[in-house]
Amino acid sequence: MTHGFDSPKNHFQLFGIVQSYQLDKAQLELAFRALQAQVHPDKSAHLSDSEQRIAMQRSTLVNEAYQTLRSPIRRARYLLSLQGVDTQEETNTAMPLEFLMAQMEWREAVADAQQARDADALGQLEARMKDETGELEAMLAIKMDSEHDYAVAAGLVRKLRFMEKLAEEIDSAYDELDL
Amino acid sequence: MPTLRFNMALLQISEPGLSTAPHQHRLAVGIDLGTTNSLVATVRNGISVVLNDEHGRAMLPSVVRYAPDGRAAVGESAQAAQSDDPVNTIVSAKRFMGRGLADIGDTSRLPYRFVEVPASGETGQGGMVQLRTVAGAKSPVEVSAEILKVLRARAEAALGGELVGAVITVPAYFDDAQRQATKDAAKLAGLNVLRLLNEPTAAAIAYGLDNASEGVYAVYDLGGGTFDISILRLSRGVFEVLSANGDSALGGDDFDQRIHCWLLEKNQLSALSPQDTRLLLTLARAAKEQLTEHEEARITAVLSSGEVIDNVLTQDEFESLSKNLIQRTLQPLRRALRDAKLSVADVKGVVMVGGATRMPQVQHAVGEFFGQTPLTNLDPDKVVALGAAIQANLLAGNRSSDEWLLLDVIPLSLGLETMGALVEKIIPRNSTIPTARAQEFTTYKDGQTAMSLHVVQGERELVGDCRSLAKFELRGIPAMVAGAARIRVTFQVDADGLLNVAAREMGSGIEAAIVVKPSYGLSDAEITRMLQDSTQYAQEDMQARALREHQVEANQLLEAVGHALEQDGMLLEAEQRTRIETQMRVLRDTLQLADQRELKRAIAALNETTVSFAQARMDKSVSQALAGKNISDLEVK
Repeated sequence: MTHGFDSPKNHFQLFGIVQSYQLDKAQLELAFRALQAQVHPDKSAHLSDSEQRIAMQRSTLVNEAYQTLRSPIRRARYLLSLQGVDTQEETNTAMPLEFLMAQMEWREAVADAQQARDADALGQLEARMKDETGELEAMLAIKMDSEHDYAVAAGLVRKLRFMEKLAEEIDSAYDELDL
Repeated sequence: MPTLRFNMALLQISEPGLSTAPHQHRLAVGIDLGTTNSLVATVRNGISVVLNDEHGRAMLPSVVRYAPDGRAAVGESAQAAQSDDPVNTIVSAKRFMGRGLADIGDTSRLPYRFVEVPASGETGQGGMVQLRTVAGAKSPVEVSAEILKVLRARAEAALGGELVGAVITVPAYFDDAQRQATKDAAKLAGLNVLRLLNEPTAAAIAYGLDNASEGVYAVYDLGGGTFDISILRLSRGVFEVLSANGDSALGGDDFDQRIHCWLLEKNQLSALSPQDTRLLLTLARAAKEQLTEHEEARITAVLSSGEVIDNVLTQDEFESLSKNLIQRTLQPLRRALRDAKLSVADVKGVVMVGGATRMPQVQHAVGEFFGQTPLTNLDPDKVVALGAAIQANLLAGNRSSDEWLLLDVIPLSLGLETMGALVEKIIPRNSTIPTARAQEFTTYKDGQTAMSLHVVQGERELVGDCRSLAKFELRGIPAMVAGAARIRVTFQVDADGLLNVAAREMGSGIEAAIVVKPSYGLSDAEITRMLQDSTQYAQEDMQARALREHQVEANQLLEAVGHALEQDGMLLEAEQRTRIETQMRVLRDTLQLADQRELKRAIAALNETTVSFAQARMDKSVSQALAGKNISDLEVK
């Protein structure tokens, strides 16, 4: 047995899919739904307490595994941890100067757009941010799956973490515009 | 008739866990506990129907009037008395559920005598507000329980038996304190809660199954006192909530208030008596309803001072009065779409729910926002109860030809207070439930042996801007240098959207498991007191009732385990099987003794013994679902 709850070694095994960065999202989604259809607490609401508890734990695990694999950055971080590689997102601050400068400019542009209450400018920034994130993810796919260069991949995850924070800032800027 | 199909091949495999015997219809209902009106529905012969009272009325006004002898009148009769006896007649109690006095804001426009209640837990803040009546101070939980009791009695009379359980709906944007208060009210009314279900999700089930819908839908739910927006993806038997947003203090009541204020201004009135306030609010509501189909509404009244009021409100005037209320619903709409990473163009249909969506200006605004005419083909007052009944039928274990899976989310982020009164988010909003997340914290002083944790809910960065859910302390941490202790805090949100928090010091294994009793919630002692106060229970012998409930539970459990052994006994080792059979015998013997405590113990023991068996059975069904197939063959048809 290579999947199911008979002590799955990792999230990929849980869903019975190949362990790699690039994955078929539709396939992941189907496996997720098939599993939840079995373990979701709604399926055992009429059963004993112990069964309801087990269902909650399993359904929680399936949700957690799905969220991890669905998000590119979380998937990469998880794959690297399976390889014993720590992405050092909290400790490693040695980012390329050029990258940090660009990040500063991004932040300022977001703050300016928010100040000027300019939703169009914010939209353009968001589109650019998404493009750049996409490029980083494409690079990550090569480093992870073809070159197995995990040190470089960890660096890309750190960069993606910056992009994620930027996305959060754009989100909260939108919220501010709405007030 | 429902027409969705969910991968029949998959579902014909035995259900996980201990199935109950087939062909035994279990009585279950869906209850829409609304701000203004409440309803109860059930599935009969495969069709969801609302249960009417003896006069053929579906809607029970959510109004409770207390008499000096402590008895409560609920519904129409209470509503009829609300202008004469406004202080003892509680309307819209839902707005006070899980809320402190500070949350309610301006109380001068409400005809009640509020009681500020000290917090039940260790939190420094006030607890849930209470209302002083001739029958004593009443918590909104007790008021809601009176409404639920009437609906329960209505259902049991109509269905001819005791209910196995109920699905109670709550606004999707209800926080933990409000959800917990709703569950407590159901408990107080003697209902077994199968699930708390989000109102827009319930509506989506009724709507989706009825129309065999596929694609992304928005549910715009403007009730009497709450506003929800949910974005769902309906696909091949799965209802997946992508995001929820809203305002749990915005609803049809606020439109009445606007008209009320307009009347005060027009007639230059101030400081009205509770009677006059209630009278004008009632007339305001009637005018609002009239304006749904008429160009204007005339409002006439004689106040207690003898002053005569006679005004005409036109639709245009009403529209401008209520414009910013409608605007306030559009902001959550934009946020929900952004959280779902979708745009207006992705939305295939917009379902309107809640009586307040009958207002033409609401329909125009929503239609304009989405660029399409909203769907109103299901009665906006009934659709939530109908959907809840369909889900209750499924959760009670009644088989039907259709199976669907519901994946809902938590509406507001959960977090912990950290240094500087900042919030560290642990579980982000719109996470699919059930969900859990663990986070490690450490001590900041040498030799620190205790740590206090403050759980909050909300999106803001500062603790003061979020809702305080609970505070608790982890004591007995071994003295270490600052930063050496590792305290792992686990948040678990169940399928009802309710939070449980546990904390553990990783080195010593010291544990503080806490059920989050919200700052605005009720303690177990309070609930017990209310149960004893409750007239219905005073008449009944509580012990006898508890015994009967446990006997029913024991018989159901024995039947379920027996069935499971028959079906999947081969999964067990001989020794395991003997243990289970021994516990079954013990439980059977205990049933003869009619001792409630012993029975409870024996039920727990059998439950405990069957844990690994239940796991094995679930694994088997999961394996069968996936085994031997390439996952891509698992096409959901």
